[in-house]
Amino acid sequence: MAAHEILAATNAIVTLDVALPGTVWPWLVTVNMWAKSIGTGVIFMLFLLLKKYPDQAGKLRFPTTIVSIIFIHIFLLFTLADLHQPFRMWHIFFYPHLTSAITVGAWMATVFVGLLFLLAFLSFIKKDDAAFDKVLVWVVALAVPVTLYTAALMSQCTARELWQMPTESAQMIFAALLSGSAFMILVFGGKLSWEANRSMSNILALSAFMSFILYMSEYVFGPMKAEEVAAVLEYIKGDGPYTVMFWLGQWIAYLLPILLIVLSRSSKSASILKLAAILALVGLFLVKHVWLMIPQLLPMS
Amino acid sequence: MQLGFLVDLHLCMGCKGCEIACKVENEVPLSTWRLRVKYVDVGTFPETKRTFTPLRCNHCENAPCERICPVSALHYLDNGIVNIDKERCIGCAGCVMACPYGAIYIDPQTQTADKCTYCAHRIASSMMPACVVACPVQANIFGDLDDPKSNISKYIMKNQGGVQVRKPEKGTNPHHFYVGGGNVNLNPLASQRVDGHQLFNKITTLPVGGHH
Repeated sequence: MAAHEILAATNAIVTLDVALPGTVWPWLVTVNMWAKSIGTGVIFMLFLLLKKYPDQAGKLRFPTTIVSIIFIHIFLLFTLADLHQPFRMWHIFFYPHLTSAITVGAWMATVFVGLLFLLAFLSFIKKDDAAFDKVLVWVVALAVPVTLYTAALMSQCTARELWQMPTESAQMIFAALLSGSAFMILVFGGKLSWEANRSMSNILALSAFMSFILYMSEYVFGPMKAEEVAAVLEYIKGDGPYTVMFWLGQWIAYLLPILLIVLSRSSKSASILKLAAILALVGLFLVKHVWLMIPQLLPMS
Repeated sequence: MQLGFLVDLHLCMGCKGCEIACKVENEVPLSTWRLRVKYVDVGTFPETKRTFTPLRCNHCENAPCERICPVSALHYLDNGIVNIDKERCIGCAGCVMACPYGAIYIDPQTQTADKCTYCAHRIASSMMPACVVACPVQANIFGDLDDPKSNISKYIMKNQGGVQVRKPEKGTNPHHFYVGGGNVNLNPLASQRVDGHQLFNKITTLPVGGHH
């Protein structure tokens, strides 16, 4: 029950109703968003590293592409697993409804996967770095809407007032930057100089900080804007069912990585950076999961 | 033609005849409902009142479910009904997430989205929806909103100022109206939903589509 205010004089209580549907989009959708953040995030980071540190990042072309392919396929697999009729997935391509973010996202993700395989071909078979870098520009350009389309989808959920544009867009982009930079530090950090690692950690810390500001802004000011948002946020306040997970997520994904990155500045410790990266990736899952679940707890009727 | 519904809550006595008629007519599976009547008790004993609110799809002019459906399984008919093609539905549940009225469910038998269609199949045969026929007090008024001579249009004109829709702030422009409703009837946030609100058991939520 949401702890929204009920007038004592009214004392309105539902005394007979049917059982309402439980969680509609479960943890599968959390994995979907989390994996997509990594899949597009590493592409952003590869592009950045190739611009700033071309000598070191050159050898990351193929492995980063493979990482992106793996995580985009995890994203696609879990999207498919969440469908109640997964064998009808082809309907999206043969009966597309272009006002739906799901349709547009599916089309874009398909093209994105095709381009990723082209990148893999150019780097592994053709070994043509110049062509790779040219195609990469287009892949980065497409990675932006692929990252954002879930935000569009969530904002199309008119029933869930908490998921607003443009906040969701910003959260998705920051999640991609955070997870992309964290993944690069964690997996490829050893192949990069301290300077390059520091650049990645700067992006991690900045995106963590911006994400934290967004969530805190929603937490504090959201209830002042809409009755529904206030009711939803009660689930992460006080003894709400998701309070612990929400704050764990905020600390693990954002606050602790920021602190660790600041700490690593003086010690120049790669291990501390890796710990920050692990925390960011784990915490991001918690944060995404809480934000996905809480609007679904509120009865719509 | 723009078909619409109006429920006069002054008349509704919560018999649930409409709910049962809908279940039978549309073979709605167990644990799911296209139409339901919610009871909300108001006040403190002995000054109490019980309100009854039939809840069904609002057949919005600007339907979020139609917009979010990736395969046009949810679509508008020429008469304004928001219909569903279950053969096309992929079960993404986007519509369930988008509907501000909680009117869409995943059918546990077909694993596709389903909802009230204003009995579109009966309308096509010039019959009234099953719930309208079943209502013993004619609290359900159904007809063409574009026709000023229709019962629903006359009712709306007669009750000007007293006609409400659910969640108007969502901008969905529902074609489903209520007369005699208050905040407790139409706003789910205005009433407490405590455990055990069901008459026959204490189940308050059910898994969507029977899994996940």
